[in-house]
Amino acid sequence: MERVLTTHFADDRYRHVDAYVETGGYSALRKALGMPKEEIVAEVRKANLRGRGGAGFPAGVKWGFLPKDLSRPRVLVVNADEGEPGTFKDRLIMSRGPHLLVEGIAISSFAMTIHVCYIYIRGEFVREAKILEEAIGEAHAKGFLGKNILGSGFDLDVYVHRGAGAYICGEETSLINSLEGKRGWPRNKPPFPAAIGAFGLPTIVNNVETISDVPWIVANGGERFAAMGVEKNGGTRLIGVSGAVNRPGVYELPAGVNLRDIIYEHAGGIKDGKELKAVIPGGSSTPVLRPGEIDVAYDIESMARIGSASGSGGVIVIPEGACMVRALMVLMNFYSHESCGQCTPCREGTGWLAKIVRRIEEGKGLEGDVELILDVCDNMMGRTICPLSEAAVMPAQSFVWKFREEFDRHIKDQKCPYGNKF
Amino acid sequence: MPNFTINGMSATVAEGTTILAAAKQIGIEIPHYCYHPRLSIAGNCRMCLVEVEKFPKLQIACNTVVTEGMVVRTDTAKVNKAVTGVLELMLINHPVDCPICDQAGECGLQNYYMKFGLHKSRFAIEDKVHKKKVQDIGGQIVLDAERCILCSRCVRFLREVTKTGELDFFQRGDHSEISIFPGRPLDNSYTGNLADICPVGALTSKDFRFKCRVWFLSGVESICPGCSTGCNIEAHFREDVLYRLKPRENEDVNESWMCDEGRLEYKKANENRLLAPALREGGRTVAAAWDAVLFTTAHRLRGSVEAHGSDSVAVIASPHSSNEELFLVRKLAAEVLKTENFGFTSRTPGPRSSDDFLIKADKNPNSRGAQLLGFSEEKFDRIVKAISGGKVQALLLFGNVLADFSDAEIGSLLSNVPFVAHVGTCAGAVSRAAHAVLPSSSFVERGGTFTNFAGRVQRFRAGFPPRGKAKNDIEILVGLASQLGAGWAFPGETAVFDALAAEVAPFAGMSYEALGSRGRLAGGSK
Repeated sequence: MERVLTTHFADDRYRHVDAYVETGGYSALRKALGMPKEEIVAEVRKANLRGRGGAGFPAGVKWGFLPKDLSRPRVLVVNADEGEPGTFKDRLIMSRGPHLLVEGIAISSFAMTIHVCYIYIRGEFVREAKILEEAIGEAHAKGFLGKNILGSGFDLDVYVHRGAGAYICGEETSLINSLEGKRGWPRNKPPFPAAIGAFGLPTIVNNVETISDVPWIVANGGERFAAMGVEKNGGTRLIGVSGAVNRPGVYELPAGVNLRDIIYEHAGGIKDGKELKAVIPGGSSTPVLRPGEIDVAYDIESMARIGSASGSGGVIVIPEGACMVRALMVLMNFYSHESCGQCTPCREGTGWLAKIVRRIEEGKGLEGDVELILDVCDNMMGRTICPLSEAAVMPAQSFVWKFREEFDRHIKDQKCPYGNKF
Repeated sequence: MPNFTINGMSATVAEGTTILAAAKQIGIEIPHYCYHPRLSIAGNCRMCLVEVEKFPKLQIACNTVVTEGMVVRTDTAKVNKAVTGVLELMLINHPVDCPICDQAGECGLQNYYMKFGLHKSRFAIEDKVHKKKVQDIGGQIVLDAERCILCSRCVRFLREVTKTGELDFFQRGDHSEISIFPGRPLDNSYTGNLADICPVGALTSKDFRFKCRVWFLSGVESICPGCSTGCNIEAHFREDVLYRLKPRENEDVNESWMCDEGRLEYKKANENRLLAPALREGGRTVAAAWDAVLFTTAHRLRGSVEAHGSDSVAVIASPHSSNEELFLVRKLAAEVLKTENFGFTSRTPGPRSSDDFLIKADKNPNSRGAQLLGFSEEKFDRIVKAISGGKVQALLLFGNVLADFSDAEIGSLLSNVPFVAHVGTCAGAVSRAAHAVLPSSSFVERGGTFTNFAGRVQRFRAGFPPRGKAKNDIEILVGLASQLGAGWAFPGETAVFDALAAEVAPFAGMSYEALGSRGRLAGGSK
């Protein structure tokens, strides 16, 4: 099977420019610099490259939102604030193939006439930030970045900006605020970043994996990329499988691969020969699936049809014997801790949900608590500036809908049937 | 000019109008906390959610601009559920300590709870997040972080209006709170406005704290007497005690704000008041009947003119007097006493601080009016010189004049004059030296107009009758004129204003009623 990103990831030298160039690296940049810019954008459109951060917005379409006039400088921001629980794919790209990202940045920037790029990287990724800095330095030295790139007259500077540890800064407008040195609060839209983004300038925010796919698309053509996947979902996906599987890790698989195959073939099936209980398919905010629902193509449309999402590609596998109330409690604690506090429903609602779920798990659940969870969810859904509120609601609702009997039993027995203690 | 429909009613509004503002224009109130017409849009409280046709999700009315053909509904079950839901979420961690909260009675949470809530609490009381209460954060403000609904109005006010930025958000999620930075208290001249714009009891006024329940207060439209800006205010009182001043909107003067100095001006109407007319007999000042005081004053003024000529009397007017009062003072001096010795001074003691926003160095509300009505400060200086030279036999003083003189200076200056009459509100060196004391009313006890520094003529209104035996200044002036033989017929300030508008060029064409709530510029003013 053909791979776009991870072919050489086993090679430790691949993170350095020489080894990267030996495998054909930066030839796509050279090619792009000789192409009309519109043609590059057209290839990306043809590739059906969908944003890999979670929302799955078509990258080529997003690029087209930049205002036509070039009177104001534009900014490219790479969202490397990978923080969705269960998701650890961008980290792999940055640590094993940083030049894929650098080359992708150079090509994308050239295509969009952008001369400055910020990589906003999760604060905890200290090692990855260092590797990126090193890669950027090497690229500069080789003339792949900086002034007059490869004699084309095109200039580009790339800066690595480390975040300060807030999940919310992965949301593109709060990322921009944080980049500007402000509190990481999402902005009201409109205006969208393409019109008014970082430092008031037209800005495109793309995920690490999205941008890293661009060199392959330019080198091999958008149609070939599209053909690797399924309809409307081009290329491969980096899928991080975690939880109770025999071989947890990141797998590069074609978009539209069967979810059951991801878990049972690629990740080696459930650990200790256990049965599967549940799957959170695309990062912690995507609705949970029951074992009977996992025979599904792992692409954006197919997953949406069954009421969930492939999101950021983080598959969390939950085995039999695990307490779903406990699992939801962990998630609710996360969202209430990470709510930025700006909008009332999310600020207050995430904390409330966490408290209700905790008391159920503690054996202190009250009659009506399950209905209360659903009603609080209803009051949080679609009521806020950014999707964090929904990110908390989707697991809460789906856990309750699909594992209702576990919640009821906790409340009836006034204890966790799995014997979990505090 | 897009045309849109809201709850079945159609309206055309200006381009760029938000749903919230457009609804207000046609009398539909959309509940909100974070929205404030003078601050940037925050969109964080989520109370103003409305249904907009073709939008799958509810939209916030404060940040959604009306477009042609837009169909909005604020009265559907979906909207009601959302608003009630947001309100419930806003209240779960709120301490609901209304019985000890100054905001009670004018609280956004209470008001909307009565309108949209009335739900039973579904939140366990022991689950409430606690934050720091009773924090003195500087200026006139006390912060209770627990009551705060994090609407960010205060943060935006300090960033956008005063540009000092002392308050900001700290922590995340339901532990979020506003606070000052360590060791950096509020440091600007407009802190009192924070208590006004705070929709709940998080920011309250240190000065007003625990003084009076707001439902006992009555309000009257007034003008701040603290400087020549003439900020539009509402004066809040209970019986004959003034409790606080709050800004009243006037786009042309103070927008929606007032300064901290002006906010404390109310104290002068409560403290140290002259409440009974008095005459000095044998070196002692003793209470007397109004008739006797008016008679004595008129008699001494006339006697002086008759014995020593009209140059022997002098009148010093006050820039705290209204245009109407000044008009009559001038009439009394020029037409009845037939003297040219009338002037005024705008000098005040204490710092004459000023800024480029609302605070003017001239700490009088009506210096401009005094000038337009023919009073000059040069004349005042000449009068003082004449007094020192023993040339003035009878002197009529208004208000808190000579305030920039020390008590000893006032005593020695006035000792040169055989008869001094003081028409004023507060006791002091002048009233102590006066032979006749004619107690008058504070700015909330009478109506009239002030002309601000820019020439804007603005009305202030009487909230309650003059305290004690004090009288309205116009009544005092008419009484004096009558004792002096002039047949004035001025039943009240409206009649005086009409006469003034007919006689004094800059006021030509104005009518008292037509001044409205924004005032009018005097002729020749820009």
